[in-house]
Amino acid sequence: MEIIIYGITNSVTLALMAIGFSLTFGISGVPNFAHGAFYLLGGILTWIFINQLGIPYLFSAILSVIIVGLLGFGLYWGLMLRLRGLVVNEVIATLAAAIVIIEVLRYLGFSGFTYVLPEFIKGSVNIGKAWLDYQRIFLVGIGVALIIFLYIFTHRTRVGLSFRAIAQNERTAISLGIDSDWTAALSMAFGSALAVVAGLAILPLGSIDTEVGYDILIYALAVGIVGGLESVPGIVLASFILGFCQILVATFFKAQWLTVVTLAAIVIILAVKPSGIFGKYKELEERV
Amino acid sequence: MVESVRYRKERIDRGIKARTDTIYVLSSFRDMVFLFLPRFLPIILLLLLPFFVKGGYWEKVLFYSCMFALLALSWDFMASVGLVSLGQALFFGVGAYISGGLNYYLKMPIFLTIPVATLGGALFCTLLLFSVLRLRGVYFSMVTLILPLLFAHLIETLDILGGTHGLLSLTPFPGGWPAMYLAIIGVIVCLFGFRKLISEDFGLVLRGIKDDDRVVMAGGINIHWYKAQAIFIAGAVGCFAGALMTHYYQFVGRSVFALDFTVLPLAGAVLGGPGSFAGATIGTFILVPLSEALRALGGLRMALYGVILIAALVVLPEGLFHYIERRYHQFERDARV
Repeated sequence: MEIIIYGITNSVTLALMAIGFSLTFGISGVPNFAHGAFYLLGGILTWIFINQLGIPYLFSAILSVIIVGLLGFGLYWGLMLRLRGLVVNEVIATLAAAIVIIEVLRYLGFSGFTYVLPEFIKGSVNIGKAWLDYQRIFLVGIGVALIIFLYIFTHRTRVGLSFRAIAQNERTAISLGIDSDWTAALSMAFGSALAVVAGLAILPLGSIDTEVGYDILIYALAVGIVGGLESVPGIVLASFILGFCQILVATFFKAQWLTVVTLAAIVIILAVKPSGIFGKYKELEERV
Repeated sequence: MVESVRYRKERIDRGIKARTDTIYVLSSFRDMVFLFLPRFLPIILLLLLPFFVKGGYWEKVLFYSCMFALLALSWDFMASVGLVSLGQALFFGVGAYISGGLNYYLKMPIFLTIPVATLGGALFCTLLLFSVLRLRGVYFSMVTLILPLLFAHLIETLDILGGTHGLLSLTPFPGGWPAMYLAIIGVIVCLFGFRKLISEDFGLVLRGIKDDDRVVMAGGINIHWYKAQAIFIAGAVGCFAGALMTHYYQFVGRSVFALDFTVLPLAGAVLGGPGSFAGATIGTFILVPLSEALRALGGLRMALYGVILIAALVVLPEGLFHYIERRYHQFERDARV
């Protein structure tokens, strides 16, 4: 029973971490390796707004989502546009941007027990033998809502469809009147904003540590790869597989095995079925 | 109506470049200098440098630069087959742990551990990567990004090969010179060897695989065999660097799988210009001393490093070496359109 409850919350946490990354890298094909940095930056911005500028929680949360979203847009327009098409250079550039953001935040000392975001509602509830704080229940709610939103967004709205279009075939998308640069920049903005939303939901569970900037990226990458980058059901399935694996391993073995399981899952999936469990678009490109 | 006059840049080969392309280069000493100076100058500089930095901090920096240059060369070699690696730390770490383990557990002498680590490590990496050789582009890069992390965590979790403490007090090099010159000669041999290799028939196939692997397959060539050979060569170079480093510091720990040994060579190759090998060497020999000089900045060092990387990508996407080479061979002028 505890395993099921903790497994579900852990899985939804993973899904939340991965959602923004999947939207940019998976669904519209723009590698945003600064995802973890934006997640961290969003949390710290919110902390500054609340504790140093005295803005109420709701406004500071919205404000930091908007600011980081704009920053993502700016990163694309200012930097990635010049490197468009050179996938490896895009990866290197965004990774470098992530290093800059994280290391500057680390230098400014935004790490440790002082930096704690407020929970939505304090307290916890007892289900069976498992203690579950309200924050985690909210987190599951937000995760489910975001996944449903993402599915509808990418399958029913014009913008969402154009995100998928430029990943499938950019030239065809352009010939159908989709401005690919604008769409890709928008997708960066959306992905970065979603990273902050995930951060606002997850970060209150502990204190802010700059190291999470790198960890989030690995978890997001793992979920994205295992599930198939462009597929929303894939994200859900992969985060449940990984989430339950992690909980089972942590319960029956040692906690250090957690990361090993995640990393091994990535390598095995890449070796066996590189486009992931639900991936379809890239099946012809992935291997020879 | 005012007719606007527009100009465009026009590039033309220098006369001396045209002359040195042919046998007539032999007729003029100046032309010979033009042709051979860029080839011999780096060799002489590299061989003389240890005398200038003898003893002290900068000697270590020079050694460090050579290590990263070897890794960058190995990255560049794999990249010229179309295998873009994001995990040179894998080769480095495997080489380091094999030589360290042989020395620590079996007490093998240094002149045995380094060759064994070089060849054995290369073989191990080739076999390890053999199953993912079919992957293309970003998928291959992601496997290589994850593998060193996985190894580092496995060593920590299983507590094998010294676990988190690492293997201590390994055999040092006899004196400072052998290590330094092994590293420098390694860099020179790889630099010129790779440049030669890539322009031969073998290299032609490799470059063909990079440009269009399916066409090469259609030509009846087994591309997986060629890719495996390329990984073996690149892996041997990376493992050699790892083995040297292990004995130089008399220590091997999980840090050999760290992201540094992936990001720094990659940054060097990107700054210098990939595909030419010389670019990767120049790039690392600029970046590594620079990053050591920036140590005074403390935590901001890595951040500044990222800024340099981004600036290099945006301002000089072709790379330093290609830019210098072009200016050396050609001149520019404004031509009326």
